[in-house]
Amino acid sequence: MTTNLSGKSVIAGIGATKFGALPGRSTISMNVEAIRKALQDAGVEKDAVDALWVKCPTSKFELMYGQKIAEATGLQPRIGGVWDQGGASNIMMISYAAMAIEAGQCEIAVICFADNPKTGSAASYSRPRGDDALYGWFATLSSYAMIARRHMGELGTRREDLGAVAVASRRHGAQNPNAQLRKALTLDEYMALPPMVAPFCRDDCALVSDGAGAVVVMSAERAKKMGVKKPVPILGFGHGQTSWEVAQRPDMTSTQAKIAAETAFKMAGLSRKDIDVAQIYDCFTITVLMTLEDYGFAKRGQIGDFVKGGNIEIGGELPVNTSGGLLSETGMPGMQLIHEGVRQMRGEATLQVKNAKHCIISNQGGVMHTHASLILGQ
Amino acid sequence: MNATVQTATKPKATLPDPDINEVSKQYWDALAKGKLTFQHCRKCNNNWLPARGECPRCLEADWAWHEASGKAKLISWVVFHRAFHPAFEERLPYNVAVVELAEGPRMITNIVIDDAEKLVIDQPLTFVPAEEQGHGIARFKPA
Ligand SMILES: [Zn+2]
Repeated sequence: MTTNLSGKSVIAGIGATKFGALPGRSTISMNVEAIRKALQDAGVEKDAVDALWVKCPTSKFELMYGQKIAEATGLQPRIGGVWDQGGASNIMMISYAAMAIEAGQCEIAVICFADNPKTGSAASYSRPRGDDALYGWFATLSSYAMIARRHMGELGTRREDLGAVAVASRRHGAQNPNAQLRKALTLDEYMALPPMVAPFCRDDCALVSDGAGAVVVMSAERAKKMGVKKPVPILGFGHGQTSWEVAQRPDMTSTQAKIAAETAFKMAGLSRKDIDVAQIYDCFTITVLMTLEDYGFAKRGQIGDFVKGGNIEIGGELPVNTSGGLLSETGMPGMQLIHEGVRQMRGEATLQVKNAKHCIISNQGGVMHTHASLILGQ
Repeated sequence: MNATVQTATKPKATLPDPDINEVSKQYWDALAKGKLTFQHCRKCNNNWLPARGECPRCLEADWAWHEASGKAKLISWVVFHRAFHPAFEERLPYNVAVVELAEGPRMITNIVIDDAEKLVIDQPLTFVPAEEQGHGIARFKPA
C-alpha cells in the first residue's frame, strides 16, 4: 500500500543571503545566515528543528560537511546529512524531508545550500572531463553545448530558441532588485554575441555566484498549529536519474526529467494544463528547452515554437524563471528557483503571475545526470 | 607508429594524463600502436568504451579487447573558442566530438577538419590515429 503525500507537508519559510560576490564569507557562515532568515520567515524557534539536509558546496567538497552546519547552528538533528546529487539536491532533500516527516522520523526540517565560487574557486566548472583532457574536453558548459548541438541537428532547434530562454530570464532578472545581473537582453543582442564553446555563447551560461539559501519544511498540520503565516503546500515531487556521461547516454536529447515530472504530476493529481508558472533550472539555455519538452509542455522537437514571442515571459502562456533564474538572479544551483516558486504561491513575487495556483519547479545536476521536480500549490 | 599518425605540436603546458590502470592499459598500449580497440563481453556480446572491469549490461568480467573497424558516425560536436587549459590556447578554435563506432561504443574525440561548423549530425567518419603528449589517441575524419 502506498500513501499519497500530496499536500501533507509545506514549505513554511525561506531565507537567503545576498547574491553575487560576498568576499570573506565562508559557506558555513552563509548557510547560517540563510537558515536564520528561513526560520524567522517561518516563525519557528531554532530549537524546534530536528532535521537538517545540506547540499555540499559545488566548488569544494568537504567530508562530513552536514555535521559542520549542524555544529554552526547548534543543532543535533535526528535525521538528514549531505545529499550529493548536484543541482537536483535541493528538491530531492525537500522530498526526503517530506517523506521522513510523514514516516515520523522528524517534525521540522531545514534544507540548505551555500557556495562561494565567485570569490573563491570556480575551477570545478572548468575542469577536464574524465580521461579526455588530451582531446581538449574541458568544462561543464562544453557538455551542455554538446547536447545542444545534437538537439539542433536532430530536432531542428535553432540558436534563436536558445536565445528566447536567455531573453526571458534576463528580462525577469532585470526587474528583480536582488538579482546579480540586472541587464535585460534582446534576441538581436543575443544572436550577435561571439561563440564561446559553439553552439553556446556567454549568455547561454549561468552566472557564477556566491550565496546561500534555506527552506523550512514541516507538516501542514504542524504549520497550522504553530500559526505559520504563509505555508506553501508541497503537492507533488518526483526524481529521475539519467546517470550516464553525455558521451555514453544513448539518447542525448531527452532525460529522466520525464519520469521525475510524471511522478510529481501523478502525486499532485494535476496535469500540465494546471501549471500557471514554472521555475526551470537554467544552468544553460538548452536545459530549459529540454526540461519543458520532457515535462510535456511541448512535443519533442517543437519547443522552439513554444518559447518564441515571449510565451515563457511574464504575461505569456507559461512564465518561466520569474525572478531571473541561474542566468540572471544568481548562479546558485536551484534553491533560488524554489524560493521564487514559494513567493509566487504566496502572491508575493516581484513579477507576480496573476491568479497563479500551481507552480512546477525543476532542479537538475551534473550534466543532466540527476533531476527532481517539485509542484507547489496554495 | 605508421605513416598516418599525426604528430601534434608539443603543448607548452602539461595536460592531465589519462588514468592508465590495470584494465585500461591495453587500450592505451593499442592506441600507441595506432590501433583503436574496445571491450567485448563474451557472455552477452555487449561492446563498450571507456575501459571498465565489468560489462555494464550483464555485470560479468569475461571480456576481451577487439580491434575496431574504424568506421564511426558523428553524434555531436562543439567548437571551443575559449581555452580552459593553457595547452589549448594556440589551437583555438578546436573541436571536440562524440562519435559512435560501428560496433556500438561511443567516445570523446576530435574531428580532423578545417571548419568544424561544416560538420553534420550522423555523418560517417573514419578513425585516424594520432598522438598527444606521448599518448596515442583516436581522432576521426569525415569518411
Ligand atoms: Zn555482458
